[in-house]
Order: sequence, then C-alpha cells, then structure tokens
Amino acid sequence: MVDSLLGAVELGLLYAFMALGVYITFRILDFPDLTVDGSFTTGGAIAAVMIVHGYSPWLATLAALAGGMIAGLCTGLLHTKGKINGLLSGILMMIALYSINLRILGKPNVSVMGEDTLTSLVRPLYVMPVIVIIVKVLMDLFLRTDLGLALRATGDNSRMIRSFGVNTDNTTILGISLSNGLVALSGALIAQYSSFADASMGIGMIVIGLASVIIGEAIFGSGSVFRATLAAVLGSIVYRIVVALALRVDWLDASDLKLITALIVIVALVFPSIRRHYKQRNSARKRTAALAQQVMKSQKGGAADAKAR
Amino acid sequence: MKKKRIWLGISLCLMLVAAGCGSNNNNSGAGASSAPAGTVGAAGTAAPDTKTYKIAVSQYVEHPSLDATYDGIIAALKDAGIEEGKNLKIDFENAQADQANNLSIAQKIASEKNDLVIGIATPPAQALVQAIKNDTPILFAAVTDPLDAKVVTNLEHPGGNVSGASDTNPEAITRLMDFIATQFPNVKKLGLIINEGEPNAVVMADKAKAALDKHGIELVKAPITNTSEVKQAAQSLVGRADALYITLDNSVVSGVDSIIQVANENKLPFFSSDRDTVEKGAVATVGFKYYDHGYQVGQMAVDVLKNGKKIGDLPVTVQQKLDVILNLKAAAAQGVEVTDAMKAAVTDQANDIIQ
Repeated sequence: MVDSLLGAVELGLLYAFMALGVYITFRILDFPDLTVDGSFTTGGAIAAVMIVHGYSPWLATLAALAGGMIAGLCTGLLHTKGKINGLLSGILMMIALYSINLRILGKPNVSVMGEDTLTSLVRPLYVMPVIVIIVKVLMDLFLRTDLGLALRATGDNSRMIRSFGVNTDNTTILGISLSNGLVALSGALIAQYSSFADASMGIGMIVIGLASVIIGEAIFGSGSVFRATLAAVLGSIVYRIVVALALRVDWLDASDLKLITALIVIVALVFPSIRRHYKQRNSARKRTAALAQQVMKSQKGGAADAKAR
Repeated sequence: MKKKRIWLGISLCLMLVAAGCGSNNNNSGAGASSAPAGTVGAAGTAAPDTKTYKIAVSQYVEHPSLDATYDGIIAALKDAGIEEGKNLKIDFENAQADQANNLSIAQKIASEKNDLVIGIATPPAQALVQAIKNDTPILFAAVTDPLDAKVVTNLEHPGGNVSGASDTNPEAITRLMDFIATQFPNVKKLGLIINEGEPNAVVMADKAKAALDKHGIELVKAPITNTSEVKQAAQSLVGRADALYITLDNSVVSGVDSIIQVANENKLPFFSSDRDTVEKGAVATVGFKYYDHGYQVGQMAVDVLKNGKKIGDLPVTVQQKLDVILNLKAAAAQGVEVTDAMKAAVTDQANDIIQ
C-alpha cells in the first residue's frame, strides 16, 4: 500500500511538468490547447529514440523539451498568424503530431529497457521534488518579469496590453510553446520511467492535465501565481493518488476504473463549493441575527442601557 | 482558509484509504519483503491443494481477443484445480487503453505480494517488467514481439523472472499468404486495413508483405487511426484490391463487422488473422482461438504455481495449434466458390470448417 502510494507520488511528480504546462495555456493564456495529447507523445518518442541510438539521456530529454516547444510554436502560429480558432488549431496540431510521432518512433512502440535513462540512474522520488520545485520557482520568477507580466495580461485583457504596445501574437506563441515544452518534458520522463514510448501514450493527457490543475485549485487555492503553480504540481500528485486508490477498491470491476476516477475528482471539486455555500448561509444568518439585535436595541432605546448598568 | 483546504484534501485521501483498506485485508504493510518465487512446493512434489494462490492480472483494454485470452488463462488454472473462490484470489485490473493508468496498475501490483503476475498485451507486460523489482514470476500473453518489446532477451531460455506466450506464429502469416496465392489465383492485389500505431499490426504487415512478394501479389494499405474509420478504409479498397486482409490489429478487429459488410456487398473475399473473426464472417484464416492462446499461458502458470518450475526455465511459446479455418457461409456471401482443394487444406475438418 505504502509502496504504491509512493509510486503514485513519483508518477505525480513526473506528470507535474505537464500540469504546469496545461496551467500556462489554460489559466494564464485562457487558451484551450489540445496539442498536449500529441506533444506529450512527441517528448516520449524523441527521448526514447535518442536513448536507443546511444545518446545521453540528458541530451535526449533536452531534445524532447525542444521538440515539444516546436510543436507548441506551430499551434501558436496556426492560431495567431493563420487566424484559426484556438480549439481547432490545437486539434489540428494534435492529429498532425500523431503521424509525426510515428515517423519519429519508426514503429508504434520503442522499448528502452536495459538502457541508461535518467530515471534508472537515480530513483525519481528522491530528486524529482527538488527539480519540480526549481522549475516551479523559475516559472514564478519568469511570470514576474515584464515579459511574464505581458504574457499574463494577454490572457486577462489582451486589448489593454496591446494598447501598451505589446505584441500579443508573440506572447501567445511564447506561452503555447513553453507549455508544450513542459508537456513534452513530462512525456520524455514518463517514457524513461516506464521504459517504453508508445504511439498512444499521450491519448487523454489533456484531461489528466486539466483535472490536475482544477483539483489543485480546488484543494490548495489559486490566489497568486505562486499558489496557483504550487496547486498545479500538488494537483497532479493528488490525481495520481486518486487513481492509485481507485485501483484498490476491491468490490468494483476493472471496467469501472475511469468512472471511479471521475467520481472522486467530482467529489473533490464539489465539496469546497458546498462548504462555501453553507458558510455563506451561516454568515448570512449571523448578520441577520446581528441586525435584528441592533433593531431591537434601537427600539428599546436607553432603557436597556440603564438595565445593564 | 488555506489550512482548511489542505485538511479537506487530507481527509478526502483518508476516506479513500479507508475504502481501499476496508476491502483489502491481505496486503497491509506489503511491499519490500516478498517471498522468493521458487518456494512454491519443491520440484517433483505437487503442492498440497490446501494452498491458496494469489495472482494479479493487468490487461490493456476491453477487447474480444484479450478477453478471450483471460478466459483461457482462468480455464487452464481451473482445470488444474486452481479455482477462483476456492484456492485462488485474482486481482484483475484493466487500464482501459490509458497508458497512465497502465503504469499506476503496474505499481499497484508491484506493491503487493503475489505468487504470479500476468500482463495481457504489450504495454502491460512492459510496465510490469519495469515496475516489479523482486523475483515475483511475470507471465505475458498476447505480446506479438517479446524481443522487440524487450520483455525478455532470449526466447528459448528467458532466465530471470519473465516468460510467456507470443500471439503470433510467424508461420501462420506465411501459410495464409500461401493459401491465398494458391487457392485464389484471381487475387493480384490484397487490401490491408491497418492502424500503423499498433506494434503488433506493423510487425505482422511486414511479414505478410514479405510472403506476398514471393507470390508477386501487391499489398495495398488503407490506414486508420481509430475504430470509427474502419468502414471508410474498407470502402476505399473497393476497386483497388481483389480481396481484403487484416492483422491482429486491436482497433481494426474491434470494427470488423463493418469490413464484413463491405466484403459481402462488393463480393470481396475477406481474410483475417484470428479464428474469432472467421466465425463472425471472414472467409478464412490460418490461426487459432485466443482462448487457446490464453489456455497455453494458463498452463505455464500452473507449471510455475503447482509444479514448482522456475519461470526463467520455461521457453517463450508461440501458438502451437495452427490450422486453416474456413467459413462456408461467409464464402457464399463473398462470392467465393469453395473448391475441394481449399477443404483439403484444412487438417481438422470437423472443427475448422464452419458451416
């Protein structure tokens, strides 16, 4: 039990980069980017193929990051310069990447079993927290620079930031590119961790990414950028723990797995809003009571005061 | 406020742990300490029937062939007196075609104590071999190319703690192509509906092409990326091919009904790679039932569990029982005249000629 929970934390940390990537597009740019399903596999494919060909896993992982950034760049160009609707440009890139990924892999499934990989050199559980925190802090710092602020403003109020002379096309392209770079990095690490890259490994990734971001926000809040990126990382871990636990519910059939995962996520999301609702009702009641008291006081006038003395 | 949120998260997790543990009373504190696999009854002496076995199975997706494989495994165990509910506890998991779940399942299985672990299809086999660090025996089923997937390094003598069965007998494809070339002289172009994203399909298509080249028959491919595109791909081959062929391609096999429809409407003989599809309405194949394939893996499991054999000493098996399987009803629907020579090619005529 403890072992598989640790494993879930490990997986969550490896998927955390993807959650951060999805946070950039989904929350900062307000851009629903479906490229993720393709670029995740791109990262895994580049890393696996390079490792099999004898390159160092460090170089392979960096190349995967670059590959993901190029994929994001293409989506950004389609959307900004090609004036294609955001959702559609992501979808187009996603289906184009399916074929491109097969080209990169050369066959549908490339195994790196027995090769030296980043995750075989050292157990990810010990180093990943540090690396994830470093990446998260770097991202926080970047979002505080002028360029980062312009990026955030692009999602919030593009008209305003354009009036300040910022080219929102460029900030959009940069954001999507960064996001998919992080996603591909995640894919590269997962491919090394699971010892194979598969043409179907990215399918459903965007759902996991969104779930991670939203669960994180529901549980850990999203008041500031610092908090929101932390929430994305923790949300990714919580999501993997949820799946690990869903697998342990014995009286359910194997075919119920996705349903259970969905239900648990729904509970996590609905619970805070129910609590908020009751809180509001309580505070409303208190206020009504307080007001009523005041009214009573003012009606009784000074008599009550005199009694109190 | 923030503190409360974190408490909420923690309590949610605790609730789940309770749900998980409440129904799972056999693995508290399982993990690092695992009994070596070789201790299941000394060689030569059959283990007493009082022993309870615990096995875990990870299947990649709900799919007719893979489901039949699982049924075959269970049947072989049952025939050896290892039966669920009596002396066998099975933890069956299905990743529902999701790689991330596939990894989580492998981790979960690795964290528990099992006498034996089985992976059905390539991705679960790979994930289990990677996740299980102790010497729990791992069997794989329905893996097309175990060497390419790197789940074993040697087919004859795998060593280590992994062995299993490959679901292709390279001979099967060659024999089917020979059968088509000799019995269907009109077929000059064979249309193949294929998902190039599936490892097993690509391996088999290459073998088929090599065999067809010898007969001077051209292989025309119609690619798909998911099951919903199968019918369109089949229709695109009408006029471009003289017959249709599919490999053990999961997404194509799932949409096989639409291929049968197209084949019947256009009088194109349709050849498959598995018996189940011939029973459904393909004209012929050289193959086997996935149930038999599973049964073979189940027998390997019995060898490991009951007969005290070391898994590393069991060679990786290919499907043994191969035969031409012919469907007469489908032949009539697809305008094929069944000759005596075709029937003569079938060894086990009682079982393998489907009326």
